[in-house]
Amino acid sequence: MMVLYTIISGFLLPVPRLAILNETIRSLYFHVPIWFAMMTLMGISVFNSMMYLGNSKIKSDIVAVQSAHVGMIFSVLGILTGMLWAKYTWGTWWTTDTKLNGVAITFLIYTAYFILRNSIEDDQKKARISAIYNVFAFVMMVVFVMILPRMNASLHPGNGGNPAFGKFDLDNTMRMVFYPACIAWILMGVWIMQLRVRMDVLTKKLLYDENV
Amino acid sequence: MFSLNFTHFIVLLKKEFDIEFRQKTALNGILLFVLSTVFVSYLAFQKIIQPNVWNALFWIILLFGSIITTSKSFLSEQKGRMLYNYWLYNPRQVIMSKIVYNSFLLTIVSFLTLFLFTIFIGNIVQDLSTFSLILVLSSCGFSSILTLMSGISVKAGGSFTLTAILSFPLTFPLLLVVIKVSKFAIDGLAFSVSVQYLLVLILINVIVTTLSYLLFPYLWSD
Repeated sequence: MMVLYTIISGFLLPVPRLAILNETIRSLYFHVPIWFAMMTLMGISVFNSMMYLGNSKIKSDIVAVQSAHVGMIFSVLGILTGMLWAKYTWGTWWTTDTKLNGVAITFLIYTAYFILRNSIEDDQKKARISAIYNVFAFVMMVVFVMILPRMNASLHPGNGGNPAFGKFDLDNTMRMVFYPACIAWILMGVWIMQLRVRMDVLTKKLLYDENV
Repeated sequence: MFSLNFTHFIVLLKKEFDIEFRQKTALNGILLFVLSTVFVSYLAFQKIIQPNVWNALFWIILLFGSIITTSKSFLSEQKGRMLYNYWLYNPRQVIMSKIVYNSFLLTIVSFLTLFLFTIFIGNIVQDLSTFSLILVLSSCGFSSILTLMSGISVKAGGSFTLTAILSFPLTFPLLLVVIKVSKFAIDGLAFSVSVQYLLVLILINVIVTTLSYLLFPYLWSD
C-alpha cells in the first residue's frame, strides 16, 4: 500500500511545477480538477453511505464521513481558486451565478450533515441516520449543481454563450497537463481520504477496542 | 396483497387527520404563525407593489410556515404508538401517508398565506391559476423533503433547530425554481413560458418523493 501511495504522490509533483505561471487560464489546472475531485469524493461518500444502509459495517460509515470531510476541504479550495480567477476575469470575488450558488448550497448541505452527526451520541444510530441524510443530500446537490445551471444562463466558460476552454485549449500541451491534473487531484483526494480512514480505524481500535 | 396495503395506507391517512382534529393546537399554531408574520410584514411594509419584494416575502414566510407545520409530523407520535405502528404497518405506507397528509396541510397553509397577503399586503399576482398550481406543486415537494427531515431530526433526538438546519439547504433547489416561476405568474407572463419550470418542479417532486419513499424504511428500523 505504501508503494502505491508514493506512486500517487509522485504523480502529483510535476503538476504544480508546470503550472506556476501567472496566467489566469492556468486556473483550469486547479479549479476544474478540484471540482472533479470533490465530486468524486462526494460520490465515494454517498456510495459508502448506501453500502452502510445495506450492510451496517462501521467501516463503510468511516469511509463515507471521511470522504465527505475531504470533499468539503476540496470544495473550499475550489471556491478559493474560483474566487481568485473570478477577481481577475470577472472583476469581482463573488457574483450571482447559478454555479456559485450551487456550490454555496453544497457547502451548507454538508455542514448540516456534520452538525447532524455531532448531535447524535450513539455510533450505530449516528451512522445510519447520517447515511440517510447523505444519500438525500447528494441527490439534491446533483440536482442543484448539474440540472439547474443548465436552465439559467451562467457566467462560466462554456455556459450562456461564453466560449468554452475547449475552443482555445485545443493545443495539446494544455491537454497534456489538464487530464493528468484531473487524475492527480482525484487520486490526491482519495489518498488523503484513505489516510484519514486508516487513522480513524486505528483510533477506534486503540481507544474503544472495536473491531472495524 | 396490494389492496390490503392500500387499506393500511387509508387507515394511516385517516389516523393523521383524526389526530389533527383531536388536538387542534398544531393547526391553530400554524394559523397564528402565518397571521402574525403577515401582519408584522404589513406593519413594516404597508402595501407592497414591487413584484420582487412581494415574491421573496411570500416564499420566506411560506418556507418557515412549512417547516413549522411539518416538524410536528413525528413529534406528535408517542413512543408507544411508534412501536405499535412499527409492528403493524409497512414503513413505506407510514411515510407515504404522512407525505400525503402534509401536502394537504401545506396546500391549505399556502392558500391561507395567499389569502392573508391579499387582505393585508395586497395581491399583485396576475395569473392566479398558474400561481395556484405552483402552490400545490411546491406544497407536495416541501412536504416530501420536510417530512423525511423531521423524521431524521426526531430520531436524532434533535429539536426544531435541527429540522430547520437540515431542511434549509435541501429545500433551496425547489425554492429557487418556485421563486423564479412564481415571478412569471406574478408578472402575468404566458403559461408557455412557465411550462418548462413547472416540469422541473414536477421532476424535483418526483425525485424527493422517491428518495423519501426509499430511505424512510432505514430510518424506521430501530
